[in-house]
Amino acid sequence: MAELPHDTDPKLPPAEVADVIPPHAHGWWSQYVFSQDAKYIAIQYAGTATAIGLVALVLSWMMRLQLGFPGLFDFITADAYYQFVTMHGMIMVVYLLTALFLGGFGNYLIPLMVGARDMVFPFVNMLSFWIYLAAVLVLVISFFVPGGPTGAGWTLYPPQAILSGTPGGQSAGIVLMLLSLILFIIGFTMGGLNYVVTVLQARTRGMTMMRLPLTVWGIFTATVMALLAFPALLVACIMMLFDRLLGTSFFMPTLVELGEHLSYGGGSPIAFQHLFWFFGHPEVYIVALPAFGIVSDLLAVHARKNVFGYRMMVWAIVGIGALSFIVWAHHMYVSGMHPYFGFFFATTTLIIAVPTAIKVYNWVLTLWRADIHLTLPMLFALGFIVTFVNGGLTGLFLGNVVVDVPLSDTMFVVAHFHMVMGVAPIMVILGAIYHWYPLVTGRMLNQTMGHIHFWITFLGAYAIFFPMHYVGLVGVPRRYYEIGEPAFMTAPVDGLNAFITVAALTVGAAQMVFLFNLYWSRRHGHLAGSNPWRATTLEWLTPVVPPEHGNWGEELPLVYRWAYDYSLPGAPEDFIVQTDPGPKAPDAGPS
Amino acid sequence: MSVILTFLAAIALIAGWWLSRQGITSKPWLESGTAPSLAEFPQPPPYRLGTAVFLVVIGGLFAMLGSAFVMQIDETPWQLVPLPALVWFNTALLMLSSLSLHFASRDADHRTHVWLALGSVTAVGFMAGQLQIWTTLTDNGYGLSGAPAASFFYLITGLHGLHILGGLVALGLVWFRLAQTGIPKTNQAPVALCALYWHGLLVIWLLLLALLSGLGNEFLALCRSALT
Repeated sequence: MAELPHDTDPKLPPAEVADVIPPHAHGWWSQYVFSQDAKYIAIQYAGTATAIGLVALVLSWMMRLQLGFPGLFDFITADAYYQFVTMHGMIMVVYLLTALFLGGFGNYLIPLMVGARDMVFPFVNMLSFWIYLAAVLVLVISFFVPGGPTGAGWTLYPPQAILSGTPGGQSAGIVLMLLSLILFIIGFTMGGLNYVVTVLQARTRGMTMMRLPLTVWGIFTATVMALLAFPALLVACIMMLFDRLLGTSFFMPTLVELGEHLSYGGGSPIAFQHLFWFFGHPEVYIVALPAFGIVSDLLAVHARKNVFGYRMMVWAIVGIGALSFIVWAHHMYVSGMHPYFGFFFATTTLIIAVPTAIKVYNWVLTLWRADIHLTLPMLFALGFIVTFVNGGLTGLFLGNVVVDVPLSDTMFVVAHFHMVMGVAPIMVILGAIYHWYPLVTGRMLNQTMGHIHFWITFLGAYAIFFPMHYVGLVGVPRRYYEIGEPAFMTAPVDGLNAFITVAALTVGAAQMVFLFNLYWSRRHGHLAGSNPWRATTLEWLTPVVPPEHGNWGEELPLVYRWAYDYSLPGAPEDFIVQTDPGPKAPDAGPS
Repeated sequence: MSVILTFLAAIALIAGWWLSRQGITSKPWLESGTAPSLAEFPQPPPYRLGTAVFLVVIGGLFAMLGSAFVMQIDETPWQLVPLPALVWFNTALLMLSSLSLHFASRDADHRTHVWLALGSVTAVGFMAGQLQIWTTLTDNGYGLSGAPAASFFYLITGLHGLHILGGLVALGLVWFRLAQTGIPKTNQAPVALCALYWHGLLVIWLLLLALLSGLGNEFLALCRSALT
């Protein structure tokens, strides 16, 4: 073991963990394939998540083709439609968003932003990715088994999920889905332990928790939440697997199917809903908190201004994380729960809007009188704020029992959650990629393609989901293969559905422009230099950009200030990096 | 969900205490170029903290199982599985195993081998005893796919056993390294991690046993009334 650094600088506390340069990889395989370097693992995570995300994107096109032009495409049968819905939802929420935020951004940014050489357990970190990949492959295999993947809906509610009436229920589809989720959770736990312990113990000297960039706070809190919430899904998956394969009745009541008494009895389907949503609601914030953190940093860098109310932003992240564990049953208002429970969960749901609103106000106040540069990351960050506010407001509607009950099974809910946890976090992911692509590759992404990508994505997303709210209010139910024109609908929606479908196809096509930009700019993009956005945070301050193995060369960086010293009066430049020891900043700023 | 909420409340208390030591009320924008005014307190090494966090995750897993178990009891009145007396003997074995590993981690000398051997043998004995309980219950008509209470018993004890098995693999690695180096001192840290893991699984087992045997019913009723 190496010695802890001597206290050469009395202004900084001693290091808590010895500085050990991780061993270099020997050979191509250990460097690029079975890499233990968090940066490579991040790219592996991001590549895999993007690939499976593209599958989910195509599935959404299939769904929209059916809804927009019902009966036109023979290959979209009712069973296939439900399979598309299920796999689209599960892939997007778990295998894309969770994996990309925590496995992708978490792995790349945590060690660099806290001033560490790597994650604290690199081997376990590598295993985390390979188990994640296995989970994705198991999921993909389910497309090719007889009967196809499960069509139980992404919530996988029993008893229907494992009965013969549901696609994949009595074939391998549901089994593979459950196995894949179990693998995902095991893999994530390995990665999550790394992220948490690295933030807690591998921060460089001077990097206190309150000097961490909000990106790290968001990913850290989301990881803690995921470590506590994913066990609920794991338990639910194992129990359902037992019900499906071993004949137990954890979630299965007494059932008669097609006149035949099944051997199940005594189980509780509602118990599954509780377990699922005990994971499912924190999952919303597991995706949202990293997005909150990242967008705060994007705004500060591209508006050349310190984040307004940093302390309050940290408290809000922690508060949202804690509160998100006591709101789960607002997804179950129509499950027949006791009205007092509904009242309790409606109250907690509305309370969580308080820290969330604090964040929105602080983002807006960060922009207030700032030197806003309308770069691509800033455009996406602005797109996020608008979209998140829109999705959040409809969330306030749905959090109330009396409003939720009539709207619960309509397309209004689909529009709401796509705005708030689909489009909004994707905006942040895209903005973050435009922001950190130069760090990863040393080159800038092409601006023209980027603008085409942004405007089609942003306006297109609104073309999809704004009318979808109306479609839901008119009464169009969700999860229906074909609706026709039933009497309960107050207006025809055929034209709107076709319009939404065209918009969805267009937005999807715009993502191909983005993917091409990623590929093209890798070789032809402008050289970025070492700190193209003139940011203050450590990830831009490595001796070599893109950062090399071990990140920091001979010496770890020393941190003397917080992450948001932008546009300080009297400073020679409009940013002061975290490693700059002086002069002392003026005692002015937000409180 | 009273079990998991009680568990999370405990975690929240610890997290709150920890956060209060991180200067979360400080004003970092005024600290530029200065030493952060944080209270110093000793940090455990990363592997120890990693194991502790992992134990919290495992705790969450079993708290969720406990919640599902209690929910089932609430919704469908049932008879708990009558536990054979062997379960108490097994519990004593696990306690002895945990204690032995504690001593093994404390004394880095020739006695380490003895304590480690005792810890390993008793852990294997615990696993064998649990398998024997499964056989006895199946013979008595409490099969896996029978009453939900029996299904829960197999699921909970099986998952706990799997975690013990994982710990035994880690112990096997410690034995391997000991055989290679022969020096207990260089292996003290891994032995200490095994001991910590064992203590955690012992505490979890004691709580699960209280749940499965009905000993925890009064406490659960108290939690439920507090939460509702």
